[in-house]
Amino acid sequence: MPNQNSFSTIYAVARNAFREAVRDRVLYNLIVFVLLLTAAAIFLGELTAGQEARVVTDLGLSASLIFGVFIAIFVGVSLVWKEIEKRTVYSIFAKPVSRTNFILGKYLGFCLTLLVNTAVMGVGITLALVYVGGTRFIAGVWPAIYLIFLEMTIITAVAIMFSSFSTPALSALLTFFVFVIGHFSSSLRDLAQSMGSEAALVFFNVVYYLLPNFSNFSVISNAAVGQRPSASMLGLAFAYALVYDIILLTITTIIFKRRNFK
Amino acid sequence: MKYVVEIEGLSKEYETGFLKKKRSLALDDLYLQVKGGQIFGFLGGNGAGKTTTIKILMSLIFPTAGTASVLGKNVADTAMHGRIGYCPESPYFYDYLTANELMDYFGRLFGLDAAARKRKTDELLSEVGLAEKDRRRQLRKFSKGMLQRVGIAQSLINDPELVFFDEPMSGLDPVGRRDIRDLIANLRAKGVSVFMSTHILSDIEALCDEVAILRGGKLAASGKLGDLLAKDDAGRSLIVEVQGVNADAIRASVEFIAGASIEATPDGANIQILDESDLDAVLDLIRKNSGRLTRVEPAKLSLEELFVRDTTL
Repeated sequence: MPNQNSFSTIYAVARNAFREAVRDRVLYNLIVFVLLLTAAAIFLGELTAGQEARVVTDLGLSASLIFGVFIAIFVGVSLVWKEIEKRTVYSIFAKPVSRTNFILGKYLGFCLTLLVNTAVMGVGITLALVYVGGTRFIAGVWPAIYLIFLEMTIITAVAIMFSSFSTPALSALLTFFVFVIGHFSSSLRDLAQSMGSEAALVFFNVVYYLLPNFSNFSVISNAAVGQRPSASMLGLAFAYALVYDIILLTITTIIFKRRNFK
Repeated sequence: MKYVVEIEGLSKEYETGFLKKKRSLALDDLYLQVKGGQIFGFLGGNGAGKTTTIKILMSLIFPTAGTASVLGKNVADTAMHGRIGYCPESPYFYDYLTANELMDYFGRLFGLDAAARKRKTDELLSEVGLAEKDRRRQLRKFSKGMLQRVGIAQSLINDPELVFFDEPMSGLDPVGRRDIRDLIANLRAKGVSVFMSTHILSDIEALCDEVAILRGGKLAASGKLGDLLAKDDAGRSLIVEVQGVNADAIRASVEFIAGASIEATPDGANIQILDESDLDAVLDLIRKNSGRLTRVEPAKLSLEELFVRDTTL
């Protein structure tokens, strides 16, 4: 008698989601990234004498973030939507697969893709730093890579949530807004405080608490000057991302469970 | 009696439009019971509600009213789905996977171990006639008929007790249709119940033990195929097939018999009488006109007539 449980279902769906990303050539962005980094290591160093390591760290981590966000948004919004549109969900939900386990499997499989992607980028930056003789920066690069990955997991969860009830184009746009606002929400709140407007303060406070605060994950400029974040900050960032991911996936699941697949 | 599918008062209403909502009733208070161990044909014209019903049974959509159970369990029971198989209409699968990989993935969803997945994959893909070399090709390179074969194979990977086929012959060539027809008949021989929706009437006649016909989301008729085909307004009426007579020459004499009618055929005539007691009079008439009796049979509707009658108003 087959032995089926939630864990093996989630694993099977996640495994397939990872395979889908690989076969759809999502990881090809790494080629562009490596080319960019190589060019930076070779050419930018000559323009910024003595600052090679700093430039490689700054450019490498910024590119990791931008590439990662791009993938998280555009692949994230189509992750579940594509299954509905292409009617592959018909065969899946006729099997002993709950909608919750399906969402979790798709999400975790894609997070694994992002993990591989950011880890390879981290290795690329490390090698580039070894090449330009900036090994002391390496200790700051890996915590930054780890935080970029955590940020990607939240962006993916936001993208999946929006795509569970709207079109991919609108979901991508909304997720991009969340990304941008999430990076500036604390600055916007500070600005509202200095303006002295009660309404603006209330509004930006709501935005600050409602949307994820991505400044918790931004340490690129620190890494570029050789600083590394504390262990407690890394731990708190993990807890913050985990709580956000759970909330977003719970909302997604609630919406997804009520959907009719016409 | 053990029913594998029980539907009680099932209705499904769709809302379309954004500002000005329009409602359309895809299923209207449907009641249906399907016995186990047989092939059940689910018929109806386009938009009659067949696929909507199957989707509700697969828990892909939710009914507006009513309840449905499969193998005695509510359709929302995920564990019950481990005992059924389903091949959707014009199936579409992950096109980046090969047929072998798809079967392996779906086998995992049923919790099959690696050896069982490999064994079932080889066995089922052979049974649906998918060539060895094609099993290692990505599904994006498959024709519609090949995808249909994979669809049928994947629906059987868990050795289901009950299989739902939505238009299983669609996209298949005549050889493919024969293969799948044999496969479905084999399933019944193994004790597997089959619930199948199709438009291909010859397949229904060849395979189905019982049928239900839907019209406008309602049940128009159901029961054993033979019973439905027996003309319900003339339970004892007979068709007498005659050769070597001129239909027009004997029309007046035939119509003298109460309720009898005659229809010319290329080599004679078909005479329909309402009761067996009129048979002697018709035989006398044939003899007098030097005709030859070729067949006497109970009057039945053809499946096509039945389908047209019950699927249109």
